[in-house]
Amino acid sequence: MALSKERLGRYNPEKPQENRLTDLGPRHFWEFFPPVIKENYGTWAYHDILEPGVLAHVSDSGAKVYTVRCGAARFMTVEHVREICAIADQHCDGYVRFTTRNNIEFLVDSAEKLEALKKDLEGRKFAGGSYKFPIGGTGAGISNIVHTQGYIHCHTPATDASSMVKAVSDELFEYFKGMTLPAKLRVSMACCLNMCGAVHCSDIALLGYHRKPPIVDSEYISKLCEIPLAIAACPVGAISPDKTESGLKSVKIKGERCMFCGNCYTMCQALPLSDKEGDGVTILAGGKISNRISMPKFSKVVVPWLPNSFPRFPEVVENVKKIVEAYAKGANKYERVGDWAERIGWERFFEQCELEFTEHLIDDYRLAYDTWRTSTQFKFTDAAWALSKEAGGIE
Amino acid sequence: MRIYSEAELKNYTEEELKSFKCKYEIPDLDELEKGPWPSFVSDTKQEALRRRKLSDDQMLIGRDVCEDMLGQLQTSFDEGETHWKHGGIVGVFGYGGGVIGRYSDLAEKYPSIAMFHTVRVNQPASKFYSTDFLKTICDMWEYRGSGMMNLHGSTGDLVLLGTTTEQLEPIFYELGHVLDTDIGGSGSNLRTPACCIGKARCEFACYDTQDLCYDLTQYYQDELHRPAFPYKFKFKFDGCPNGCVASIARSDMSFIGTWRDDIRIDQDAVKAYIAGDIVPNAGAHGKRDWGKFDINKEVISLCPTKCMSMEGDQLVIDNSECVRCMHCINTMPRALKPGLDTGITILLGAKAPILDGAQMATLMVPFMKAEAPYDNIKAFVERVWEFWMEEGKNRERLGELMQRVTLPKFIETIGLPPAPQMVKAPRANPYIFWKEEDVKGGWNRDINDYRSRHKR
Repeated sequence: MALSKERLGRYNPEKPQENRLTDLGPRHFWEFFPPVIKENYGTWAYHDILEPGVLAHVSDSGAKVYTVRCGAARFMTVEHVREICAIADQHCDGYVRFTTRNNIEFLVDSAEKLEALKKDLEGRKFAGGSYKFPIGGTGAGISNIVHTQGYIHCHTPATDASSMVKAVSDELFEYFKGMTLPAKLRVSMACCLNMCGAVHCSDIALLGYHRKPPIVDSEYISKLCEIPLAIAACPVGAISPDKTESGLKSVKIKGERCMFCGNCYTMCQALPLSDKEGDGVTILAGGKISNRISMPKFSKVVVPWLPNSFPRFPEVVENVKKIVEAYAKGANKYERVGDWAERIGWERFFEQCELEFTEHLIDDYRLAYDTWRTSTQFKFTDAAWALSKEAGGIE
Repeated sequence: MRIYSEAELKNYTEEELKSFKCKYEIPDLDELEKGPWPSFVSDTKQEALRRRKLSDDQMLIGRDVCEDMLGQLQTSFDEGETHWKHGGIVGVFGYGGGVIGRYSDLAEKYPSIAMFHTVRVNQPASKFYSTDFLKTICDMWEYRGSGMMNLHGSTGDLVLLGTTTEQLEPIFYELGHVLDTDIGGSGSNLRTPACCIGKARCEFACYDTQDLCYDLTQYYQDELHRPAFPYKFKFKFDGCPNGCVASIARSDMSFIGTWRDDIRIDQDAVKAYIAGDIVPNAGAHGKRDWGKFDINKEVISLCPTKCMSMEGDQLVIDNSECVRCMHCINTMPRALKPGLDTGITILLGAKAPILDGAQMATLMVPFMKAEAPYDNIKAFVERVWEFWMEEGKNRERLGELMQRVTLPKFIETIGLPPAPQMVKAPRANPYIFWKEEDVKGGWNRDINDYRSRHKR
């Protein structure tokens, strides 16, 4: 059936249930597999990373499929997707796929096709000069940054996603194109602490954060919100019922108890909290998802706050690079950032990464005690001498 | 299938693109065209130019929608705050989710994004596409939407970014009737499931992730489209413990492939690795000199349970002590393979921080066979849902319910026996609950009886 061009297409608003198709679900995956994938489904024997961004999978039958992985901005227009399709039509029999980190993968079944494909991809640039299809993102390097909507589409962000990701990716580009790190290093980004995506379990994570309590729109809150939901939305019990002078139902927020998570605004539009000077970026590190060697780990907060310096976030970029470079220098082969930090101790991590340790990094939420050091096992760093001196332990 | 002619798809020249200027001053966004990483700004400008040159009858929403989006984004940078109004409830008849409503709070200044709703389209498993399918979506979306999208949303959907309320039903009709595809989930329901690439192109896959993902998505269409839960619920399917779709962190119910027999060893290939004829980890570290491969240093001593050894020139694995972490297989994929008696491990309760803190999923079922029609898996899903739908509080994720009712009570309710595999360690505090019926004599005691033995 052809696409409709009527303003309302096949939909008849007079009879909304007529001809309505529901519960179709997605298309079946088998329809979209290239022949070489169908023919060798479930019979893959091994794979090789031929060079950064290029994989070869060999099946039991000896058949091979070559994959070229390309970076992508995730946000893309139909114009760009049509170009992806043109490439796939020309080189890949009309098939293409996307990865769980939003890279693009083009698959071909011969070495000759591979060379032509690579050459084509590397030659394509946007008018502004950036690569349209940079090849990379494999092996022990830095692949695409999983990220969120930011100012492009969301109502609760404390920062922007696409711009920060572009700024950081530009600076980490050599790691996308190379495989020079001790292990893969996953960077992710979320524009508020709802953490849509992977921020809580990435090697390095960038998180939009507020630092001012919400403003209560008292004249409207009882009209716009279910007040008990807003009260129940607070993880720290900072919100309680209140009344305005004119007798309208409202809420009051204890500023000293609020830690600016924004969840009450999610539930109640009369409690906005975004703020130019207050909002910024928190950096976390040391999380992972795989079960390889060590168990999956949460990321830990290592930089409590940096300003939203649009559009290139130089402070964020600088701190990310400090972590990546210290890790690249210090970690053993196969060690993820979290494995490295735990082996050398977080006190050494802060020293090696040249990051300041502040009170904001000490957990004070519910199970916080488990994260304090209940041991005499520690390493002497400058921070230890400063602490000892302050306590009167040394001159 | 198409709306646009070849001429319309090539309606601008390179020169026009180079000299394109957005109708608003967007200095910060212009700056983001520099640098090597693909620029979303450059991409948006291409589409903005295309729309400028399309005829009026070739689009149904604002011609300058891309430029208005860029303009508002620049304003957000200038002011350090988002300009989207809170929330927005829109959708299609018959469904309770799948569309995220969004309205600009600067509608007078940027009228083409006054309404800017998102439609989540359920992606095919592991995101393989034919170009026919994608091109048809592109034409439909350029015509009825902004032409802007996300490939893909974090949960997996193909995201169509920005259209008007009027166009939601027509878009839904085109998706169903022309593309034979459906929208995805949003709200307090089963969200769009997603899987890793699995058997399509990975030798580690321990079950058919695509097939299980597709099967459960189809089987639970009602739960996906019509919110009936206390809160959102996500399925994700990883073919092995490497976790390429991150199910352990990003799904309420995480299905991870595993095996229960022995790792298969090809001793000749082991020798080839040791001799340096095959590079370790398939060449993942190939751009840095880490020295010659040392099987003791890189595999045997890194094994978390130290269950590997070399006996002469033979690699030996004590499989009963192996925790299937994948390290040795990842490092020597041509010599070592998962066993052949495969299935899934099921873990429950992962979530992001809101409300009670982030959780990874907790191990619940060590091993379950995963073969079509997956009746055993569906039965387990429904045991969990039955309890959560009844007991879960408003906006309480499964992981939070598990914490609130406690793991011992949770497993009892869904009918599982306790096992040491469920914990990293036994409890350290002695605040242990006992049931009255498990204690001889019960709890109903008489103080006079006690006093008959113990004077006040």
